[in-house]
Amino acid sequence: MAHAEGQHHPATGQHHAAAEAQHHEVGQQHPLGIYFKIWGLLFVLSTASYLVDYFHFQGYLRWFLILTFMLLKAGLIVAVFMHMLWERLAMVYVILVPPLVLMVLLGIGALEADYTFFTRETFFGAAPAMPAVHPAPAGTPVPAIHK
Amino acid sequence: MTQPAPTGTAEALPLHPGLQGVVADWSSDQRAFKNVPWGKAMMWIFLLSDTFIFSSFLISYMTVRMSTTVPWPNPSEVFSLTLWGKNIPLILIAIMTFVLISSSGTMALAVNYGYRKNRVTTFWLLLATAALGATFVGMQAFEWTKLIVDEGIRPWGNPLGAAQFGSTFFMITGFHGTHVSIGVIFLIIVAIKVLRGDLDRQKPGFLTGRKGNYEIVEIMGLYWHFVDLVWVFIFAVFYLW
Repeated sequence: MAHAEGQHHPATGQHHAAAEAQHHEVGQQHPLGIYFKIWGLLFVLSTASYLVDYFHFQGYLRWFLILTFMLLKAGLIVAVFMHMLWERLAMVYVILVPPLVLMVLLGIGALEADYTFFTRETFFGAAPAMPAVHPAPAGTPVPAIHK
Repeated sequence: MTQPAPTGTAEALPLHPGLQGVVADWSSDQRAFKNVPWGKAMMWIFLLSDTFIFSSFLISYMTVRMSTTVPWPNPSEVFSLTLWGKNIPLILIAIMTFVLISSSGTMALAVNYGYRKNRVTTFWLLLATAALGATFVGMQAFEWTKLIVDEGIRPWGNPLGAAQFGSTFFMITGFHGTHVSIGVIFLIIVAIKVLRGDLDRQKPGFLTGRKGNYEIVEIMGLYWHFVDLVWVFIFAVFYLW
């Protein structure tokens, strides 16, 4: 089985194919260089996402940059540090496909939150202009929504 | 009497690549996860369940933050520090991020040196990982103290704005910090087992009769990288939103 013998690969970065061919025997064994490269890349990406805040980027640009750096970092950690890149597809799919259903929860959450915000603005947003306790008489216009 | 020839096929069947391999692995009437020790497959499935827990927290946080009509406290200011007479926004969280990424780097190296059976180097790398993790928890304790004592932030309200800020902050970072703390404890245990040579002698671990080997370092590493992974998401959606 996989724990029979440790294999030694020179850390030159040239033996990737060999490591890939043999890791079935020995567990995950890759050249050291790739870990240092990913480590450095994670530092660069973290610095970049910090600078997004430091330079006060706003709006869609901020969201685009934050989410891009987040997904890149997550992908690098899972693919290389957690060795997902070298696992068999049966394993990869079992781990990576189920979280996709969370997108549905995310969508439901966002819809619900928008509706809650809408009702709060409608019924509590203009509190001073409208008596809070008694319902408004019929025919009273609905107060404007302040966003 | 002739002995029947051994007919084991566990390792003899070819492993197909690609989608054909997915079908073949799942329909092979053996274990579905080839080339992976069970401990590792189970750790992955535990991490999958943990993914759902943290995602539920983060999505609930998104929901309450989007639906509140009270202004949300600006994390950039709340988590700023005054260093050398200068107010730097979010610097504490940035340092914590770098500490945790560094611990992930040393952990990845520890896994590699473990499979090389380099006991001493693996031990020191695991210990460095634990030390960086403990540093992270320490900085988080400092951050919590600052928020609770100086800023008056409570789970049920705070003077800066939306009450939900405190509840989601303490819930999410508290749960993550607990994961880091548990990880530090287990890192120290694994480091001691490595240094004593338990894994070379295949000594069974606690709670199990199975023989120990260097795969437990990689399984430990999976947990630790996951903790770093969760922080990537918390950093992005809680602190940078």
